[in-house]
Amino acid sequence: MFKLHLSYPMSNTTSTHKKERIPFIRWGIIGIVGLIAIVLLITLSSNTFTAGARLPKTVDYNIHVRPILSDKCFACHGPDAKQRKAGLRLDTEEGLYAALEESPDQFAVVPGEVEASAVYHRIFTEDTTELMPPPESKLVLSERDKRIIQKWIEQGAEYKPHWAFIPPEKAGIPEIDVEKWPNNEIDYFIASRLEEMGLKPNPQADKERLLKRLAMDLTGLPPTLEMQEKFIADKSEDAYEKMVDELLANEHYGEKMAIHWLDVARYADSHGYQDDGLRTMWPWRDWVIHAFNENYPYDKFVTWQLAGDLMPEPSKEMLLATGFNRNHKITQEGGVIDEEYRIEYVTDRTNTFGKAFLGLSFECAKCHDHKYDPISQKDYFRTFAFFNQVPEKGLVGTIDASFADPPNMSISEEDVQAQLNFINKQDTAPVMVMIMKDSIGLRTTHVLSRGNYDAPAEEVDFGLPTAIMEFDTNRFEKNRLGLAEWLLAEDNPLASRVFVNRIWQEIFGQGLVKTSGDFGMQGDLPTHPDLLDWLAVDFRENDWDIKGLVKKIVMSATYRQSSEVSREKLEKDPENLYFARAPRIRIGAELVRDHVLASSGLLTPEIGGPSVKPYQPKGLWEAATSGRGLLMNYVQDHNEDLYRRGMYTFIKRTVPPPTMLMFDASNRDQCEVRRIGTNTPLQALVMLNDPHVLEASRVMAEKLMQDEKLSMDEKIETAFRRIVCREPREKEMEVLTGYFSEEKETFTQKDLTEVEKVLNIGEYPRSESEDPVTAVALMQVIHTIYNMEEAITKS
Amino acid sequence: MSNPLMENRFNITRRHFLGKLSLGVGSVALGSLLMPDLFGGKETLGEIPPLGFTHFAPKAKRVIYLFQNGAPSQLESFDYKPMLRKMHGEDLPASVRMGQRLTGMTSGQEKFPLVGSYFDFKQYGQSGTWVSDLFPNIASIVDDICVVRTMHTEAINHDPALTFMQTGAQTGNRPSMGAWLSYGLGSENKNLPAFCVLLSRGRGNGQGVYAKLWTNGFLESVHQGVQFSNSEDPVLFLKNPDGIEDSSRRKMLDKLAELNGMGFDEFGDPEIQAKVQQYEMAYRMQTAVPEITDLSKEPEHIIKMYGPDCLVPGTYAANCLLARKLSESGVRFVQLYHQGWDQHGQLPSEMPLQAQDVDRASAALIKDLKQRGLLDETLVIWGGEFGRTNYCQGKLTPDNYGRDHHPRAYSIWMAGGGVKPGMVYGETDELGYNIVKDPVHINDFHATVLHLLGLDHEKLTYKHLGRRYRLTDVAGELVKDIIA
Repeated sequence: MFKLHLSYPMSNTTSTHKKERIPFIRWGIIGIVGLIAIVLLITLSSNTFTAGARLPKTVDYNIHVRPILSDKCFACHGPDAKQRKAGLRLDTEEGLYAALEESPDQFAVVPGEVEASAVYHRIFTEDTTELMPPPESKLVLSERDKRIIQKWIEQGAEYKPHWAFIPPEKAGIPEIDVEKWPNNEIDYFIASRLEEMGLKPNPQADKERLLKRLAMDLTGLPPTLEMQEKFIADKSEDAYEKMVDELLANEHYGEKMAIHWLDVARYADSHGYQDDGLRTMWPWRDWVIHAFNENYPYDKFVTWQLAGDLMPEPSKEMLLATGFNRNHKITQEGGVIDEEYRIEYVTDRTNTFGKAFLGLSFECAKCHDHKYDPISQKDYFRTFAFFNQVPEKGLVGTIDASFADPPNMSISEEDVQAQLNFINKQDTAPVMVMIMKDSIGLRTTHVLSRGNYDAPAEEVDFGLPTAIMEFDTNRFEKNRLGLAEWLLAEDNPLASRVFVNRIWQEIFGQGLVKTSGDFGMQGDLPTHPDLLDWLAVDFRENDWDIKGLVKKIVMSATYRQSSEVSREKLEKDPENLYFARAPRIRIGAELVRDHVLASSGLLTPEIGGPSVKPYQPKGLWEAATSGRGLLMNYVQDHNEDLYRRGMYTFIKRTVPPPTMLMFDASNRDQCEVRRIGTNTPLQALVMLNDPHVLEASRVMAEKLMQDEKLSMDEKIETAFRRIVCREPREKEMEVLTGYFSEEKETFTQKDLTEVEKVLNIGEYPRSESEDPVTAVALMQVIHTIYNMEEAITKS
Repeated sequence: MSNPLMENRFNITRRHFLGKLSLGVGSVALGSLLMPDLFGGKETLGEIPPLGFTHFAPKAKRVIYLFQNGAPSQLESFDYKPMLRKMHGEDLPASVRMGQRLTGMTSGQEKFPLVGSYFDFKQYGQSGTWVSDLFPNIASIVDDICVVRTMHTEAINHDPALTFMQTGAQTGNRPSMGAWLSYGLGSENKNLPAFCVLLSRGRGNGQGVYAKLWTNGFLESVHQGVQFSNSEDPVLFLKNPDGIEDSSRRKMLDKLAELNGMGFDEFGDPEIQAKVQQYEMAYRMQTAVPEITDLSKEPEHIIKMYGPDCLVPGTYAANCLLARKLSESGVRFVQLYHQGWDQHGQLPSEMPLQAQDVDRASAALIKDLKQRGLLDETLVIWGGEFGRTNYCQGKLTPDNYGRDHHPRAYSIWMAGGGVKPGMVYGETDELGYNIVKDPVHINDFHATVLHLLGLDHEKLTYKHLGRRYRLTDVAGELVKDIIA
């Protein structure tokens, strides 16, 4: 079928030839094994598919049929009226059973009668002029796809509306066999699915690992030694719950929760287009942290952000919250056409609304009707109308003309003292933030042909896609406040599911709906639909209590499982879709930094305030700048500002902080609801050579050196417990103490100036040490511990 | 899809994939290992290729993109318009402009006086290609390149135009060309990133560049362009810290592997083994990258070709030479950006400086690749994000004028990698304003580039939030006539 690429690309260059040859052969063998495995898999899978042995007993429209139709048929026979071929529509009940336009005596689908159903003939035919999907579409139905459609018709071709558009209901708690395992409702749903799959849950994780996982999930910081000791020593039955409550009350909880929300809100410290000048939206970020810490219910949290300015007599805090919709990028490029960019901003708000709160890809409906989901272009612009009322300009001025384009609000010292005391304003000068406002007169909204700002077509009124839920103007006001009320209404099928799913995702690494930004036809189906719905309804019934939701999840036995993975589980459930084990996840970009700083004692725990500029490789901003503006050069901060949490690192959008991107952080270009986790050599280079990690290793070594009560073994053990957050195993200690002796030996033979070079890292003051050789050897050991896989992993 | 596994392979997370195959090696390495024989011309597996498979026999294996950031004027480089000199100072007829929208920089102008090139043009080579006097070295290689005079775009401002050119969309966070190719073809060299980015700055009016241009978008971050810097650390965090020698680092990695091995024994998570492999790859990069970026060992005749600037790190010439070395070592996509081509004013004095920066090294790169027998398998692209107006921006004086942004027609050139040499493609009207023959839209350009690399632009897709995304979005026609 194909040949291995055997000519090694570097083999005709000179020096690396020999060195590289051996690894290549080794890799080559692995590669061949891999290829054989792939070929085997292909053969196996195609056999099973053609045999049709694994077709479901009962074919369900939502679970089995719609994903096929949506993926392969809806582009021409779906919601997009303009692209619809032969007048045939397969995404609605009427469309499926209707007579064909071209031959009215025939029908696409006749329930129970395969032979009478045109769909059946058109997908199985060998006549390429008849075949569906047509060959030129480059879409192909698999054998299994076809058999599923056939079986579905045979079984009566029952249609169901898309699951996500049916309001959730609380299903009864399922009955299960392992009665002793569950800790709360979540576990019954999980266990029930595991039993179907023939899997058993893992036992509970050991206390040390559980504590690290919990502290990381709730505060984004590792547990301190004191916390570790306290928790291990606490043998009471509710020891774990006490720890959960303690961490939920910790002020760093708000920071941890805010990180995800900043991705959703595309928060940044610069305007984002090419010139990319400074903006001052950080007071809004401080508000987000505050809101999570005060446990604002989700409905209040969302309403204030969407429509705080439209509340009766809005407070400054409510106005500040509306900054959410001004976090989008703003151009400062001279010569742009004002209206083009104003439309761009409104578009961004509309798309963000769809993705952040409804989990739908609204942006697909800007230029044409959505091809898969029931969002017409008209629906798009009806939604657009809510965000189209802001008295704003596309271009206020070129770089540094404004740090907060109008409409904006000044926050004075008095404001902070009187009502906004959560804002960490560090001087007496007022700070300007962008906020939302509606113009006094109504701005008419038009459908824009092909989405072009200069091609207004039909006029539209405020509205939302009716397939989700009608925007009844008797119930809801025609403004953003009405929009928020519509979103949070009891019969809205999406709002609660979408948020609950993302909280689940942030804790377990993936949502119950894996495509957390797409609850539409093309998105993944929920792995545990009943659990998702139960949580969604429960969340709303508990007055949108976010801390309550988080607590419910972390109290579950599902969450508390160990993360060990057996061969069997890896085979049966490689993606851990069914949660027969806790996930092992590398902590997020910001948290990698936080962990290094916190464990070494360097962290400045201050909350909020203007973003800071820690160490960054030289020349990054300078190489990419247009040569204008305040952010032309990177001016690094000093002292405690060097050691702030990762979420406070200054985000210049055109040159985002490099280590953050390497660890998969969002570039804050647009609303993101999920980060993909990767594992790359560049990440290894950061952990090995970034001065932050080296400095933390040095400072921890120096501090341990000063603790005379501790033996060297105890110093190493303490470092291990601070970083990995558990006692080292005997074998691990052997490796580390052995390494220490070897390093000490090596450095003893070196010049003291060489030793000093290693220790002279970072701006944190050196502590006097009489024995720099021992200090440097210890530093090397600590640096190694920081680089252990487990160090920055929740396991 | 006829083959669900192949489709899976495309959308799958690495964890999932590794879990299935239980190989425990990183995706970069995996991609490169699965490289088929690119020149075997065999039909490949399935409908959609996994990493490292092409749809059909490729002509090019690698790309070097010499991006001229800011938009060099086509009227002073490759699109010869003697009529403009004849009509110098006359107003652009509305019948030619046909409602073209203008940027805010000239929309207030009452008149649009046509302006002829300040620099003369001559014909060169057997192909008789017209080139202005600003580019004598590029003129000397016209028989190796294909000039496309009819590129066009919709964007009229730098940010959206650049973003369009590099990602196939004016806005949004889409993967850039290099990321698509890294995703589609994997890496050829397991010690180097598949997609490298080199920046330089000219002496003309500058426009910034931004990381979004080399973003992985919704693809995994392993496909993100790696920006090389001209400091002593060519790749961020590559260098061992002061006082730490290679042997010391090696020992640390061995200890780490031992410790991580214990972790694997306990958890059985293949991700732990993958991590160990990533550390090993990082270690190999520490040797491989400095060897490549060290230009000091290049022989005299090579230095002469590229010019003395090539020994000054961070110059365009140095980046061209580095691009050749990276490409030669198997880097799939080397992206250069040279800033400073935005001549709204002072064109007659600024443009020669810009041309001086790039002319010699651009031509040297082509000659160098050719003499190494690499030009056939390396596609080189030279050009900016849009063109410039045929009328003057600002005051027209005998020795000074400027040109505003022009989206309707601009020139780029391509060489090697299966592109017909010694050819001029497309034609603009005699005022150089509109295209009269063979337009090439950015989507067409992308479709053609992917084709040269053996990829069908309609099949190289990635499913994200319910939609299959392509570099060419929903458009793109192959420009068949320029394919050799």
